[in-house]
Amino acid sequence: MNAVGLIFTNIHDNNIPDLTRYRTIASVPYGGRYRLIDFILSSMVNSDITKIGIITHNNYQSLLDHLGTGKDWDLARREGGIKILPPYITSFENAASAKYYASRLEALMGAVNFISRCNEDYIIMSDCDLICNIDLQKVLEYHIEKGADITFVTNTQDRASIAEKEKYTVIETDDDGRVLDFTEQRTPDNKARIYTNIMVMKRTYLLNIIENSIAHGYNSFLHDIIMKTVKEADYRVYNYDGWYARIGSMEDYFMCSMKLLDNETRKELFEQKNHPILTKVRNSVPTRYCDGSFVTNSVVADGCVIEGRVENSIIFRGVHIGKGTVVKNSILFQDTYVCGDVSLNCVITDKNVVIKDGRALSGHENMPFYIGKNITV
Amino acid sequence: MFKKKECVAMLLAGGQGSRLYALTRKTAKPAVPFGGKYRIIDFTLSNCVNSGIDTVGVLTQYQPLVLNEYIGNGQPWDLDRVYGGVKILPPYQGQKSADWYKGTANAIYQNLGFLDRYDTDYVLILSGDHIYKMDYSKMLEYHKSKGADCTIAVIEVPLKEASRFGIMSTYDDGSIYKFTEKPKEPDSTKASMGIYIFSRQKLHEYLEADEADKSSSNDFGKNVIPAMLAAGEKMYAYPFEGYWKDVGTISSLWEANMDLLGSDPVLDLNDDEWRIYSRHTAEGPQFVGPNAKIENSYITEGCEINGEVKNCIIGAGVKVMEGACVSDSVLMGDSVIEKGATVRRAIIDTGVTVGMGATVGAVRKDSSKITVIGEDVAINNGSVVEDGAMVSDN
Repeated sequence: MNAVGLIFTNIHDNNIPDLTRYRTIASVPYGGRYRLIDFILSSMVNSDITKIGIITHNNYQSLLDHLGTGKDWDLARREGGIKILPPYITSFENAASAKYYASRLEALMGAVNFISRCNEDYIIMSDCDLICNIDLQKVLEYHIEKGADITFVTNTQDRASIAEKEKYTVIETDDDGRVLDFTEQRTPDNKARIYTNIMVMKRTYLLNIIENSIAHGYNSFLHDIIMKTVKEADYRVYNYDGWYARIGSMEDYFMCSMKLLDNETRKELFEQKNHPILTKVRNSVPTRYCDGSFVTNSVVADGCVIEGRVENSIIFRGVHIGKGTVVKNSILFQDTYVCGDVSLNCVITDKNVVIKDGRALSGHENMPFYIGKNITV
Repeated sequence: MFKKKECVAMLLAGGQGSRLYALTRKTAKPAVPFGGKYRIIDFTLSNCVNSGIDTVGVLTQYQPLVLNEYIGNGQPWDLDRVYGGVKILPPYQGQKSADWYKGTANAIYQNLGFLDRYDTDYVLILSGDHIYKMDYSKMLEYHKSKGADCTIAVIEVPLKEASRFGIMSTYDDGSIYKFTEKPKEPDSTKASMGIYIFSRQKLHEYLEADEADKSSSNDFGKNVIPAMLAAGEKMYAYPFEGYWKDVGTISSLWEANMDLLGSDPVLDLNDDEWRIYSRHTAEGPQFVGPNAKIENSYITEGCEINGEVKNCIIGAGVKVMEGACVSDSVLMGDSVIEKGATVRRAIIDTGVTVGMGATVGAVRKDSSKITVIGEDVAINNGSVVEDGAMVSDN
């Protein structure tokens, strides 16, 4: 495809500070065997985008480990593939006072070399706080057909079950799909077009924006540039009507995870023809359901050993669930080890958590009980 | 110039595997799925990598398409190397002649040039139809410490089964004085595992001689090993302890799959010290539905289980619908077991559909026969497949 991808991996870290303490939002685990970045990365690959810049900021060890050379997404290429773009300081003299980028614009300034060296005409940018399986080819076609300056991807969907305290960027348009205004809303109605943090524009258009904002000392991509030019420029909206979720808080994360127990959601995300969601291969063995185990209404990844009871839960790779244990409405990350006679309800355990014999832990749907990485309870 | 290779493995993967019937109609035996997410050849390839052998020639002949694609550039086994790695070696046309591989020895003979390219000191000969975890580097150490010309891995088998194998008789120091292929009255219980290490020069010498002998059937077990023994070469038996199974028959393939089950499985693949690698497909996680009932089973990603599953090995992307009942079976992947269908003691190849209310292999409750349904076969709604049947066409 005549487009290059650009993914921001840290921009929404603060949405879920617990889960991003040791990682970027891009590498937050989701759905038993994925990391959040897998969804947009796979969407790009499935749309034939084979050159993808990945902008990092801090805490990106887990992300680098996950991406490796990019081969699991078929992105270990001689020409193109993934290019990790970490922040850098421009001179050693002010190294001590140098700061990492603080906004999307500053991040783009740091990536300007990558952007200007590409020869594709278009650039598709996305954040990592989203879960969807989108055909970006269609977005680009729409963008070209409309002759827009920038096309923003939105989504309208029933958000009744998603946490209400979330803040959304709503895009208002005229009947033709032309952008009129951006507003931040806490409880947008169900018809509102929510911005998905995916946008498309000409590569040269982006380079102009970056140059312009360096000259004027602008800070915010949305406020200083887009909103100020919404009248004269041709900004369009492409409304994606497939399944889409945004992770804005821990409560969101919990609910979006539990949505995977819904057949329709799994179908839309994982069973689209020619649009698989790809992820790092871990070489786990199949999951072993032992005698006396009982599993119902749950998503289970490979490499688990289940001896106890699991209900309405998301179980990641390599989890052990001991005899006499009951796990309900919980999310257990990779390699969680739950011993025997434990009871868990509305619990999220991070990687390598150990829950010893006989413990009973419980949270609530809107306040899941989170146990940090490597902790033994 | 890269460093020369100390040991190169040659994996014999050309056999037809005719005793697996429908399962090997379109696929070479080493590419037959095993244990939910593996293929038989994964075990030997992973053993090589885990033993530090990074150059493997895979000799193919029968139905190689699936196998070739599966192996690809060797990346899943970390065998995509700049120098060495995994190489597919089909029969080829030379200046003087063009031949199919006439036997195991002839297959290696035709590829002596491949071994010379790596200037290897030792050659490890393997077959691609065994399930086992083995550290070949220990066998190589043994070969070197004995100063052997040829070392053959052996495993203890019960005396009453010994006549099914090639049997080695050895002195106390492990040196072999007698080798009998499938003896009627075995005088030893050391069975050849079909794993040989040769010093390259000796291998060259004996393969040239074997090729010159027009009466030879060009087979390691029948010709080359006896010839070396008769000539008094230094031949040793390397004793292997652990799980090892030839999965050349339907029943042994079924049994080996079942060995993965139980609370303390005979064959445990969940082993961080000795991982078995395989090429993965991109599937979602497995989903266990609200009315599912799973007992003692091994289930892979992409499956959707809504019915009853007991004592089963289930490969990727299998759907077991509500009210279906599957027991004591191996489902290799991408199959659908429709509502109300019953499957018992069966091996179901990939892409199979068992229609609503159909019965596969559970006609007589006491039958111990194994029923086989071949690739992409559709069993009609309500139809009955007798115990022990082999269905390869619709």
